[in-house]
Amino acid sequence: MPLNIAVCVKRVPDTAADKNLDPTDFTLRREPDESILNPVDEVAVEEALRLKEAHGGEVTVVTVGPEAALTKAARRALSMGCDKVVHLSDPVLHGSDAQAIAYALACVLRRGSYDLIVCGSESTDARTSLVPPALAEYLNLPGLFHARTVEVEGDRVRVQREADQGYDVIEGPLPAVVGINWGANEPRYPSFKGIQGAKNKPVESLTAADVGIESTRVGLAGSQSQVLGFAARSAERRRILVDNKDGNAHVKLADFLQEAKLI
Amino acid sequence: MADVWVLLDHEEGALSKVSLQLLTAARSLAAQAGGSPVAVFCGTGWERAKEAVARYGATKALVSESKDFDRYQPAALVETLAAVVGERTPWGVLFASGPAGKEVAARIGALLGLGVLADAISVSVDDAGRPLVEHAAFGGAVIVRKTLRSAPYLICLKANAVAAEESPASLEEETVPALVSDDAKRVTVAERVSTAAAGRPPVDQAAVIVSGGRGLQDPANFALVEALADELGAGVGASRAAVDAGWYPHAAQVGQTGKTVSPQLYIAVGISGAIQHRAGMQTAKTIVAINKDPDSPIFALVDFGVVGDLFDVVPKLTEEIRRRKHAG
Ligand SMILES: Cc1cc2nc3c(=O)[nH]c(=O)nc-3n(C[C@H](O)[C@H](O)[C@H](O)COP(=O)(O)OP(=O)(O)OC[C@H]3O[C@@H](n4cnc5c(N)ncnc54)[C@H](O)[C@@H]3O)c2cc1C
Ligand SMILES: Nc1ncnc2c1ncn2[C@@H]1O[C@H](COP(=O)(O)O)[C@@H](O)[C@H]1O
Repeated sequence: MPLNIAVCVKRVPDTAADKNLDPTDFTLRREPDESILNPVDEVAVEEALRLKEAHGGEVTVVTVGPEAALTKAARRALSMGCDKVVHLSDPVLHGSDAQAIAYALACVLRRGSYDLIVCGSESTDARTSLVPPALAEYLNLPGLFHARTVEVEGDRVRVQREADQGYDVIEGPLPAVVGINWGANEPRYPSFKGIQGAKNKPVESLTAADVGIESTRVGLAGSQSQVLGFAARSAERRRILVDNKDGNAHVKLADFLQEAKLI
Repeated sequence: MADVWVLLDHEEGALSKVSLQLLTAARSLAAQAGGSPVAVFCGTGWERAKEAVARYGATKALVSESKDFDRYQPAALVETLAAVVGERTPWGVLFASGPAGKEVAARIGALLGLGVLADAISVSVDDAGRPLVEHAAFGGAVIVRKTLRSAPYLICLKANAVAAEESPASLEEETVPALVSDDAKRVTVAERVSTAAAGRPPVDQAAVIVSGGRGLQDPANFALVEALADELGAGVGASRAAVDAGWYPHAAQVGQTGKTVSPQLYIAVGISGAIQHRAGMQTAKTIVAINKDPDSPIFALVDFGVVGDLFDVVPKLTEEIRRRKHAG
């Protein structure tokens, strides 16, 4: 059975720098040239492409974010081999928290009839991991998260869910939402042909009104969580360095640990 | 109601360390909010959990015992908990901020239209009775303060954010029915494969972590790291280079694309300290590194660094700690 797959991707800053925080409303300033496709989403894209290669079908990239989200994140996914992009961008979304983004994504995804919705497990900037499970709940679809492997057989999906120590094998019916962990695969590099081809692939641009988003449920005002402020974390380290030339550094280290009541 | 609930994290009634920390946090939040600390137990093995729940100060437990919580994990839990939270509207619910706890919180939030605060490293109640939460962002470089607009507040607290403290209370029990609709039965747990080493805590719950990197040169040499970890009662972590090489599972990876940890003590063995690794561990209280390269970036963020060959230092350190433990 060919699979109609959606893969949700997010643009994140390349470097983790506090200079990207807007001091007026505490949102992230997303400079287009500094941002990349969320590394874990690259793994999600790879997984989606492998499923398409095994079963046939199509992979649609879905992304919510400012115009520039297209330049790096979605384009990268296209050049890896995805077929098209659906891009939701609207000023009313500015400042949306994870639950609000999940709601907005659900509004976009409801317009398609996807067999499988693939997400990364976590974005490297927000790192909440909240979006995929909230998304599954908004769509009332089965959710299988923290996958280290994904297999589709007929109309069922089976996942090895990473646990603290070991893993669970879980399975459920399609359509479903799946969250992929870092390490599930080694994402491919876009080929020259892939990069060239990406330029001609269809991009559908949508506004909040296009997908029926209630503006009271998104943006800074519509988000349940509120940022009150932020501060640089002071991290004074003692920086005691000892050389093991005399072969006795372990004694000094043990002294240090003992004094700090760590042993 | 201003009660503060804790979703207990447990394995057949054996409570995780984080559960005890959550109970401790709930106690002080309940005092601030003007309610009681309430433990929520879903699964099997309540008899085993009960004593510790009372010892860590919960005055009430909502207990739902059913095998369905294991078979349909976590959808059965999500439905059951969402129903009682919606009906009784506590001040809030505390979850362990690991993958499982965050999934449950996110799903309940979506079902009930509530916000979720994830990855909290501290939590208190403000004058208006709202939660005040701090979490680390940008790899630990920034602390963000957040709140939620409406109760019940769903808050995921990171391991070791508070120290567990006993405060025995008499515990009232109430049975709550497991709510498991056909929708919750769509995803089933077919098999559980555990690679847990007896007594070794998972990396994102451990108060002490010893991590190994590419400097170990060979997967077999992780035994050195494990021996030191066991002497310290520590969890074992790994750098991405070690995980990519197949030496250790991804669940143990520390860093931007692995776990973010804030233990009391973090010991990096043969790890260079790349920015993506630091993003996962630089909020540790005390950082120690053993590395043979004095110019290694890891030394910029240590409290104590040993410049030396790990194959010499680590076994000697393990032995030295063992000796002192027996002497003391
Ligand atoms: C998108 C992205 C995400 C990433 N996510 C992560 C992540 O989550 N976690 C992570 O760790 N990395 C991550 N990385 C990789 C990171 O950039 C580094 O490549 C990685 O952390 C290096 O691992 P290492 O320190 O073990 O290896 P190396 O950098 O090779 O360092 C090995 C160290 O061992 C020392 N050494 C060698 N032999 C000895 C000896 N005998 N005794 C003592 N010391 C010795 C060396 O001096 C060296 O400092 C990510 C990278 C990218 C691009
Ligand atoms: N703005 C967004 N657009 C599309 N997908 C997103 C967006 N934000 C988060 N996601 C998806 O949700 C996953 C987890 O993100 P987070 O909950 O922010 O840690 C990501 O890996 C993406 O797959």
